[in-house]
Amino acid sequence: MYNLLAQTDGNGLAKRLAEAFPPPTIDWPSILPIALVVCTGIVALIVEMLRPRQNNNAIIGFSLVGLFFAGLSLTSQFASPDLESFGGMVLRDRFSLTIQLLVVMVTGLTILFSDGYLRAKRIPFGEFYPLVLWSASGAMMMASSKNLLMIFLGIEVLSISLYVLAGMSKTETKSEESALKYFLLGAFASAFLLYGIAFMYGATGSLHLDAIRSAWNPNDEAFRNMMLFGMGLMLFGLAFKAAFVPFHQWTPDVYQGAPTNVTAFMAAGSKIGAMAALWRLLSASTTNVDLGATFQSYWMPALFWIAILTMTVGNLVALVQKDVKRTLGYSSIAHAGYILVGILAHVNNPEKVGIGTTVFYLLSYSLMTIGAFAVVSLTAKNGKEGTRFEDLHGLWKRSPFAVGCLIVFVASLIGIPPTSGFFGKLMIFNDALASDLMPLAIVLAVNSVLSVYYYVGIAKAAFVDAEGARTPESAPMNLGLAATCLLCAGGIFAVVILFNPLMNWLVGAP
Amino acid sequence: MGDYIAIVILVGLAAVICGAMVSLSFVLGPKNTTPYKQSPYECGVQPLGDARERFPIKFYLVAMLFILFDIEVVFLWSWLTVFKNADLAYQTFSFGAVMVYMVLWIIGDAYVIRVNAIDWDETTSLHPAKLGEPDPAALPVTARDLELVGGAR
Repeated sequence: MYNLLAQTDGNGLAKRLAEAFPPPTIDWPSILPIALVVCTGIVALIVEMLRPRQNNNAIIGFSLVGLFFAGLSLTSQFASPDLESFGGMVLRDRFSLTIQLLVVMVTGLTILFSDGYLRAKRIPFGEFYPLVLWSASGAMMMASSKNLLMIFLGIEVLSISLYVLAGMSKTETKSEESALKYFLLGAFASAFLLYGIAFMYGATGSLHLDAIRSAWNPNDEAFRNMMLFGMGLMLFGLAFKAAFVPFHQWTPDVYQGAPTNVTAFMAAGSKIGAMAALWRLLSASTTNVDLGATFQSYWMPALFWIAILTMTVGNLVALVQKDVKRTLGYSSIAHAGYILVGILAHVNNPEKVGIGTTVFYLLSYSLMTIGAFAVVSLTAKNGKEGTRFEDLHGLWKRSPFAVGCLIVFVASLIGIPPTSGFFGKLMIFNDALASDLMPLAIVLAVNSVLSVYYYVGIAKAAFVDAEGARTPESAPMNLGLAATCLLCAGGIFAVVILFNPLMNWLVGAP
Repeated sequence: MGDYIAIVILVGLAAVICGAMVSLSFVLGPKNTTPYKQSPYECGVQPLGDARERFPIKFYLVAMLFILFDIEVVFLWSWLTVFKNADLAYQTFSFGAVMVYMVLWIIGDAYVIRVNAIDWDETTSLHPAKLGEPDPAALPVTARDLELVGGAR
């Protein structure tokens, strides 16, 4: 075939192709964090290849060092100007750096407490660490681009590793089930997202959110319908990843079946990525007045109801759960609703309401969720794991430190004053009021009260004396788990004490 | 029409080759039939039975690895087509990019070979060192058997 083409205009074709895709201008520091995380994963895999008959400590060491340097390269760029490189594929701005930093933090915390749990569950595969790192790199990609195709690629890199990780406990039926469910539904959601991207490309001829925005033409009805349809499909795809309510059905099953450390990463890392992408998409539509107005008239009501449903259904269904991981799964759905309120408040009135609230809530949500799952991971021993409420019974005798931390996480998840969870909710509440979203603020407040019941149930379970537990004794506390608990519990208070300097540093002047 | 003559030739060739493969093996092949060979898939998975039984995934593993090789060649082919006649700046850049891709590829292949993913008879299990336990080779036989029973299966 090629020879035939070459005889007619082969040279011309090759030249045209090379001209159509010129070597882009490259700013290496802007992709250094992602590259570092990916390379750390590769190094971890090579370490596993070189010494498959050793324990995972070297891999963990490499992973944590790699993440540390990725975080360092992110923080060193905080003062640098915003820029786009790689032909508009990679964007560096405050938001992308902050979100990437959150993802790096979440990954580090997950890796820190994983090995003890994986050993107790008898699945300490060395491949866990590279997969988590690559998954994290996907979430980082989602935050650091305005190109829809890059966002899609980020979602896929994030998800495909997670599909494997969810099924890592190969001999457990529920782990297999969760991997299969996650994979099938995730593939379906990705197709929606891609179809939406295709519509937006068809309407505007570009995949870049800025170009899409400037191509907006409200008078052309066909164009407008295509855009709205595309945007709707994209929201479906992202809402699935973020587990908003009509698209949440996979969450409890997958969270329950996947190994607990994977669930922790899913609940925090994957949600951060999805929220970042959603924010990029929605905020791109607000900066143009016309598009913003149309967007709000069509999609604001939809998202408004999605937010109400997500908060309410998440909390109501959590009330009747008998499994701690399922309860935390529904709780993560409810928290996704709270975060969506924060995003909507920003989208509704970008002048008055900044992005700081969402970033702060994501930070505090990650800390408390990972901490709670880390404590729940203590119920695994000798390859068995019970995650029902009864299986937590008597935990306070076996590891008082873990239960002490659990109380902090639960208090923060409820939103009791000195914790970051309280301030996060307060900020979202204020933002919702400031941008005329009074009903959402009220629903949020009511739901916070509702959620007290099941969160207290989790804490109470740890204090009841052991009788009905199926696993008579839980795994001993290990150093990594203690470190994770300490960092998360300490962080919940630290982010409140250091609120002003932290927010100045993370999102610039508020 | 003239532009499409090449495609017509391609379709024709493909039809001839496919037809030849099917018909010649039917005409020339020895016909020793057994009930097992007569089943819809003579190799691989037993087509009838309980859907929940365990079955070997080796065929799928090999197929997946083969597809990856295929895709790699497709990428390299299209890249080389452009690479041949492009200017130096493009050549250097795209060469670097493709080399990154190839290095990742080779590491992946090394990993596949290292974990015996394409060994037909290998059953792998976790080494006790991963679990933070002593090497079973160093233990007396009975203790070692207990290790394996409670081990990472």
